[in-house]
Amino acid sequence: MNISILNGRLIDPANGIDDTLDLHIQGQQILAIGAAPEGFEAQETIDASGCIVCPGLVDIAASLRDPGPGRIDLASETAAAARGGITTLVCTPDTQPVIDTPAVIELIHRTARKLRRTRVLIAAALTQGLDGQQLANMAALARAGAVALSNARHPLANTLVERRALEYAATFGLTVMLRPEDPHLRAGGCAHEGAVATRLGLPGIPSCAETVAVARDLALAEHTGARVHFHALSTSGAANQLREAQAAKLPVSADVAAHQLHLTEMDIEGFDADCHVSPPLRTLADREALRQAVADGTIAAICSDHQPHELDAKEAPFPETAPGISGLETLLALTLRLVDEGVLSLTEAIARVTCGPADLLGLPHGRLGAGSPADVCIFEPDTPWTLHRSALCSEGRNTPFDGWEFEGQVTHTLFNGRVVYRRDAREPTQVTSN
Amino acid sequence: MASDRRQNIQLTPDGRLRHFLTIEGLSRELLTHILDIAESFATLPGRPVKKVPALRGRIITNLFFENSTRTRTTFELAAKRLSADVLNFNASTSATAKGETLLDTLRNIEAMHSEMFVVRHSQSGAAHFIARHAAPGVSVINAGDGRHAHPTQAMLDMFTIRRHKGDFTPLRVAIVGDILHSRVARSQILALNTLGVTEVRVVGPRTLIPTEARALGVHVYHDLDEGLRDVDVVIMLRLQKERMDGALLPSESEYFRLYGLTNKRLEAAKPDAIVMHPGPMNRGVEMDSEVADGPRSVILQQVSYGIAVRMAVMSLCMQTHAEERGEA
Repeated sequence: MNISILNGRLIDPANGIDDTLDLHIQGQQILAIGAAPEGFEAQETIDASGCIVCPGLVDIAASLRDPGPGRIDLASETAAAARGGITTLVCTPDTQPVIDTPAVIELIHRTARKLRRTRVLIAAALTQGLDGQQLANMAALARAGAVALSNARHPLANTLVERRALEYAATFGLTVMLRPEDPHLRAGGCAHEGAVATRLGLPGIPSCAETVAVARDLALAEHTGARVHFHALSTSGAANQLREAQAAKLPVSADVAAHQLHLTEMDIEGFDADCHVSPPLRTLADREALRQAVADGTIAAICSDHQPHELDAKEAPFPETAPGISGLETLLALTLRLVDEGVLSLTEAIARVTCGPADLLGLPHGRLGAGSPADVCIFEPDTPWTLHRSALCSEGRNTPFDGWEFEGQVTHTLFNGRVVYRRDAREPTQVTSN
Repeated sequence: MASDRRQNIQLTPDGRLRHFLTIEGLSRELLTHILDIAESFATLPGRPVKKVPALRGRIITNLFFENSTRTRTTFELAAKRLSADVLNFNASTSATAKGETLLDTLRNIEAMHSEMFVVRHSQSGAAHFIARHAAPGVSVINAGDGRHAHPTQAMLDMFTIRRHKGDFTPLRVAIVGDILHSRVARSQILALNTLGVTEVRVVGPRTLIPTEARALGVHVYHDLDEGLRDVDVVIMLRLQKERMDGALLPSESEYFRLYGLTNKRLEAAKPDAIVMHPGPMNRGVEMDSEVADGPRSVILQQVSYGIAVRMAVMSLCMQTHAEERGEA
């Protein structure tokens, strides 16, 4: 189908575009920006007046729970992604079974292709079964389409295994996504080791659990020459270490979860299990340092760190609840909030969720050049709306942002030239009436 | 926008006690009121009939997910002295051990028309969680949750201190031992500061003191002799054996040498200083027997005062609910 998106403010950070321009789509690709080519006839036109048209979002790390037990699956989560304006998702390998064989990759790809809502890419397991012991068949996983390797939230306690994993991955030029956390220093903690956890008597996870791991990982990255990407940084110390490593020309990068840029340890007051996340919400100073690192490009990607859970997982005393936030449907809104708060320009904000993450993994997505896949997000930047957990598309309703007012709501998401989400103007639970 | 989980759920809008989950957020007036009511119940053991009819016909459930004989027994005795019927539910050997969720357990016991849950649980925040999910009209009393709070223990300690010292305001109090893992210490610190003492000190090695201890409103000492200097009250905490295995301490003997209370060390405190311990006590680890059984020890009085304080808290919470139901 040929589609024209008219009258929108088109922002494509990868190509330095920020102008009122039309966008024309032919089949699965972007045909032209600006005037329609001669002879082009659109079967559908979308009036994007008052809206921003940008590349479909690229989420560099989301747990999609499929394959796995329970109601959370690719159908529900890709629907949530589409509603959030996300057209490329990198799925972490912590599924059941773990993504450590080409067969599981093929299964996920096949299901995603059938659903046709968003592109699902795979960060495959770094070690078999994510056990941190035996290296996964990385070359075979890469041949099957894995775009990176990761041990998800499972720690690599053995430094020698980590060294070998980085060396082996570097053999094939594969990026290794590490979630830096020393499991011994974590020691069963469930909240940032700070004033709030001390008062609430919650076992703490010190900041050094992250900085010690980053220091170790950086030393191994330098030694092995591997391309290392840190997933979900949470501390100012780690951001500073990363900045120094990048200045020293090490091939290292990082992302931060969107919620870490807005919440702090104070938000767990009252044992709010929706704010139980891993890594834990840190101090205000950490949050400000992370914001600074995102602003100066040290951290080039903001991700959802989507961790959907069924209701029961959060219905227990705080330490016994499952950590994580269902983040796909708030990624854009939380990122745009950084613009309102003066942290990022609008172009920078969009870059951090489009070409920023794509570039880190060498992906061609997150941009709107002619010939690119027609992945497009259209959103109203100024319409206020209220998030209600009951209205989430994701089967994971675990969000601390229930009741938050946002500006910047997706009206359309196009994936490979198809409209895969179109906001229903009658969505009364989402849109604030005012 | 704040989640409902962050609201103060233990007080009614006009400041009356609905649940008793933590000392945090309670006023000096309310704590003093609890102590005053406990004072009236403390005379019961001397009377021929040791019961009052305050909670006659009410059902109170001891919901213990963690073993504790002493605390459970004093809560049971307190409930019986208030003429309530008591159910004892030992969750560590019952349904939850068979896989039932905490909420399912709660619903089942609510179906037995219990109006008050006395909850002990190994996880911080468990009492808050149960209070949030309890049916309207059901009170929850925290009998110890994880490392978080043990507010009735703190209040019986305050009762003991008031009985011996009268006014709280001029007092210096030292709490010695494993502050990091102690729900008792957290609640004591909050209560002492709310009641306006001059100074609360915590004393122990760095491995047993939270890194952010000062945020609790205490002065931190690592030397016992310095920490005890001129204090009016010494509270020794129980040291759990497993702390030796977790690289927190090298040995019991070294701990006793550095932080064990002896008569010699007690000389640093004021001559009329009292010595307390929430129990159960490890003689020769936290404290020398000479001190534990000595004239300054008020440890056994703490146990007996515990019943009066728990009666006070139970009757206050039940009264609030009765008034909300229009029964009072």
